[in-house]
Amino acid sequence: MIRHQLPLIITFFTGMLLIITFFIPHKPFGDLEQRFLIWYSIISGFTVLLGLDSLVRYHLGKLKKEFNIHSFILILSLFLTLILGFYSWFRFKTPFALNSPFMFLYTYVIIPLQATMFALLAFFIASAAYRAFRARTFEATLLLIAATIVMLGRVPIGGYISKGIAYFISFLFKIPYEKISETQIFAIVSDWIMNIPQNAAKRGIFIGTALGGIAMSIRIILGIERTYITK
Amino acid sequence: MILDIIGTWLAATLTLAIFSFLYKDNPFYKLAEHIYVGVSAGFWVIYVWSFDIKPMLIDRFISETGIEKWILIIPAILGILMLTRWFPKTAFLSRIPLAFTIGIGAGLGVTASIQGFLIPQIGATLLPLTNINNILLVIGVISTIIYFYFSKEFKGSLKLFSRLGIIFIMVAFGASFGYTVMARISLLIGRIYFLLHNFLRII
Amino acid sequence: MREFLTKLATIDRRIIYLLTFLVVCLPMLFKMIMPIRISEEVKRAFKEIDNLKPGSIVMISIDYDAASEPELQPMLIAILRHCFSKDIKVILLGQWALGLPLGEMALNQVAKEYNKKYGEDYVNLGYRPGYTALMVGIGKELRDFFPTDYKGIPIDSFPFMRKVRNYQQIDILVGLEAGATGDAWVQFAGARFNQKIILGTTGVVAPDMFPYLQAKQIVGLIGGLQGAAEYETLVKKAGSAILGMPAQSFVHLLIIIFIIVGNIGYFILRRKK
Repeated sequence: MIRHQLPLIITFFTGMLLIITFFIPHKPFGDLEQRFLIWYSIISGFTVLLGLDSLVRYHLGKLKKEFNIHSFILILSLFLTLILGFYSWFRFKTPFALNSPFMFLYTYVIIPLQATMFALLAFFIASAAYRAFRARTFEATLLLIAATIVMLGRVPIGGYISKGIAYFISFLFKIPYEKISETQIFAIVSDWIMNIPQNAAKRGIFIGTALGGIAMSIRIILGIERTYITK
Repeated sequence: MILDIIGTWLAATLTLAIFSFLYKDNPFYKLAEHIYVGVSAGFWVIYVWSFDIKPMLIDRFISETGIEKWILIIPAILGILMLTRWFPKTAFLSRIPLAFTIGIGAGLGVTASIQGFLIPQIGATLLPLTNINNILLVIGVISTIIYFYFSKEFKGSLKLFSRLGIIFIMVAFGASFGYTVMARISLLIGRIYFLLHNFLRII
Repeated sequence: MREFLTKLATIDRRIIYLLTFLVVCLPMLFKMIMPIRISEEVKRAFKEIDNLKPGSIVMISIDYDAASEPELQPMLIAILRHCFSKDIKVILLGQWALGLPLGEMALNQVAKEYNKKYGEDYVNLGYRPGYTALMVGIGKELRDFFPTDYKGIPIDSFPFMRKVRNYQQIDILVGLEAGATGDAWVQFAGARFNQKIILGTTGVVAPDMFPYLQAKQIVGLIGGLQGAAEYETLVKKAGSAILGMPAQSFVHLLIIIFIIVGNIGYFILRRKK
């Protein structure tokens, strides 16, 4: 009962309560919904701690087998952060006081590490642009043309290139340059791409995703989908 | 002041350690990576304590009276039951709080998707076909949805619409790629600015 | 010529990395500035906040972390400058725990510039896990989730917070998004409680928000570093976004050149085979 039926009953009850409260927000449904939402917030915090256990166990296991400098540094960093965090909390009433040791760790360790990890992607995207983005088919060519126009339209240099194109057109077709020099062709086309074809395709994709999400949610509430109680 | 200098040097060292990966994988990069994981994990514990357990459970339990006080035992027990996942023999008990959170998520998701996405988005697609942009928008949405309809073979008009759909999708992905490049380059600009301005002080 | 073009198709990746690095550095070293064109969606976002009366309340949600700091932090600083220059009260909260200190740093920096006081002009509520529950829950009563601010001080001890019970007292919600939290704000706070929303997003997330903009579910959209630079231009105070745009421009050009060169090399090699 506890292993299989009780979780399904709880899922059904909480899911249905939230749907009913959407239509009947008055007592007792509204109050019960608010209480459940607060409990959800509390329990979500404990969920975060679950991941911590597997991380610590794995690296402590590695250290028990033989000394590994990386695992040692990880565990040391973890405990140092905890010590600094609780010390800052006692001393400054919050670990997030800007002059606390905890915030020193955040400013000079977390920010550079996290930001730099993602900054590496810039190099990889440049390398991928060179090695992988091939106009092999009509669709791929369309993708690359749209990407080029958006990349130029979103930055100031697109304006300078537009001026150059305007100069060339005014020379070729004998149109006064002043009339077309302010027309930022890449920005205009880029805006149109974002607002019309890109918008339409994304909306179509997300409508499909939303329908799938609704179907999955209903399956979970009704107990048809039970993968979350496999362990 | 001296702490700022030490901090800047520490940040610059860690930044360069991560960047060293571009040449090849090396012990400095691995060290920086493990420091990041360790410190982040520690951060999460402090966050959970400071922003969840203390204000939402402990402080509330102290300040509330009567039934509002004692009812807080239920989420506390559910939270502790979540942690039974650590032990194989009692892991099945974690299904109870898991079922609770998944039920809440599913219930909220159904109403939010319909009221917050489907109805407004379909409403915004019902446009008068009086100009080329509206026509393209409506055709784009319909053809994209048809492209992902796999229950029937693409023949005749269905084939035409699905072909149109892939064209719209490719343009959308191209635009997304353009924006993604912009995003990634911005992150690099931020880091280089830190190295040149805060660390080397040459700009 | 063919040999040269074939060699161009096989450049070492470390040369690509070095070129990228140089193209980012040089515009910054030469302190280049480029004019910023203001897009319609950023203009709309700016106008919405600009039309607010002094004493109005703007809630800003920090839904990003250090990984998106170069794009979204300049956006946050520009929005805070705009709010404080118009004597608009600011409530800060966060759905991404690792980003909340960034919000606190920005608040401290900009509040000093405009002589704003904590508790009178702005408040930092902090973070609570489970963002979907929070977004629906604060639609009924803010104090159920935030009885205190991030320092543990009861929010009722702040004068302007006494009247704030839920979304009805909040004039605009500004979500600074690096992930899917923006969708949640629109679908929960926007649809259910008719909260007016402006989204500031990273470049990765921005294209996904255009359907909401066209459907008028959000009143403005600030996308990526360019969006941040546009907002800084409108607020008339240059920040790191405007400074970064020349480097951004040249790297975009470099990426396009890489794509062209890579494709030329590919087609020549394909012909050889």
